[in-house]
Amino acid sequence: MSHRASIETRATRRAWWLAAPALLWTLAFFILPFGTMAVLSLWQRTDLGLEATWDLGNYASFLANPAYIQALTNSLEITVTVTILSVLLAYPLAWIIAEEIPERFRRLALALAVIPFWTSYVVRSYAWSLVLAKSGVLNDWLGAVGLGPLDLANSRAATVIGFTHFFTMLLTLSIYASLVQMPPNLRRAAADLGAGAFATFRLIVLPLTLPGVMVGAFLTFALCIGDYVTPQILGGGNDLALPQLIMLQIGRRADLPMAAALSIILMLAVTLAYLGMARWMKVVR
Amino acid sequence: MTRYLACALYMILLYGFIFLPVGVLVLFSFQDGRFPIPPFQGFSLRWHREVLGDGDLMAALGNSLLVAVASSLVALTLGFLAARAFATARLPGVTALRGALMAPLSVSYLVIGLGLLASFNLMGLSKSLWTVAAGHVVINTPLCFAICAAALGEAQVSAERAARDLGAGEFRVMTLVTAPMILPALIAAFLLSVTFSWDELIIAFLLSRFDVTLPVEIWSLLRSGLNPKTNAIGSLVFLVSALAILSFELTLARRK
Repeated sequence: MSHRASIETRATRRAWWLAAPALLWTLAFFILPFGTMAVLSLWQRTDLGLEATWDLGNYASFLANPAYIQALTNSLEITVTVTILSVLLAYPLAWIIAEEIPERFRRLALALAVIPFWTSYVVRSYAWSLVLAKSGVLNDWLGAVGLGPLDLANSRAATVIGFTHFFTMLLTLSIYASLVQMPPNLRRAAADLGAGAFATFRLIVLPLTLPGVMVGAFLTFALCIGDYVTPQILGGGNDLALPQLIMLQIGRRADLPMAAALSIILMLAVTLAYLGMARWMKVVR
Repeated sequence: MTRYLACALYMILLYGFIFLPVGVLVLFSFQDGRFPIPPFQGFSLRWHREVLGDGDLMAALGNSLLVAVASSLVALTLGFLAARAFATARLPGVTALRGALMAPLSVSYLVIGLGLLASFNLMGLSKSLWTVAAGHVVINTPLCFAICAAALGEAQVSAERAARDLGAGEFRVMTLVTAPMILPALIAAFLLSVTFSWDELIIAFLLSRFDVTLPVEIWSLLRSGLNPKTNAIGSLVFLVSALAILSFELTLARRK
């Protein structure tokens, strides 16, 4: 008994040594910086540098400044639009890959659907700015059929298109994963009981894949609302998103405390979305 | 039949949408003219040549490779060790610890970068490729941890126990038994980390000063507007990522 116990303690001690490097790294370069930022958001930038005022001044000036509120609203609007559009585009594609394509082409079709996912996101956004430019490819094609030109460069529509492109690929992956996990006999049973294709989809397939869709949608929300590059390259400088506002604080105004406060607000939005999703999942289960 | 056609049409449309920007990017990197917009004026390699002759870009490319490989090796080591710890023993508070390790995945890179920038500022640490690499280790460790943890199972634990019973020390168990058993997962985690670090802009932008990585250099190139040279370097970056992902896929496929 005591021998066994000593083996267990030894194993535990060894495990602590193994886990320590990763845990310490996370503590030093993630948790502490995050805490630093939370603290900094309670300070103020003055002409002399940083002053530890320990108040909610930055948050108050966020609430008092309509331009700042507007940036948050812009970000939320863009993110929600992108999330919905991406789910609507990705679901049928994931379905076709998982169900309609001969099995031996499935992996290839999936891999093809996500190759551009791995382009650097700077390059990807730049590529969309080429496509959407005033004399770009899209307007060239529209002109050829007698339409357009559309003035999409530096607009919110361009931001939404760039984001939707990226997240459609991400969601195709995650929805595909939940589609192939679904046991096939359930659908067979539904068909045996006389359900048509649409009823089977609505009553069996959709509820079973919805959790996967929600996780993907949350991921989309979190990544989309926190991205600076896409709105900066495609959206231009007028209709600012929250991350752009944060970068402006660092760049032009050198106001790190305000940037920190805005980041905390950004994290708050993501946390709320997460809680919403977690609660919804619990209700569904 | 209509169903078949509808599916085919939808696939063509979506694949078109997905590949449109990459296609345009690569095509116009061969533009024989000053602007990467229609009409296509003929095939030329001059922009690729210009990219390869650009000292700043090539230096940034070297920096990027260095940061990507170094930070991925560190992240892989940290993730692998932690995954072993969680697989072999029951640690108190394991859910909280695992949550802490995975947490960076759910936080925007902008926020991670800002936190590091603020901390390094307060500590008086100057920005360099080292700070960038430290940031990239933060974002890649959860990934490596998760991939290694998924690969470690009962088989590894009992093989390790056998090796230990036969007198192997901890280091030999790890390098001669565990690591070879999950080699495909280790390679996959490494390649995925390299891709993420290689592409990452915002942390690298916030935490570097004189020596910059490739995405940061491309970012400053963007200020000059649409330019076939940006297309050329972009295509090059895409090629590297695509190759890394392809090898990643092949490593995983061989495992099956």
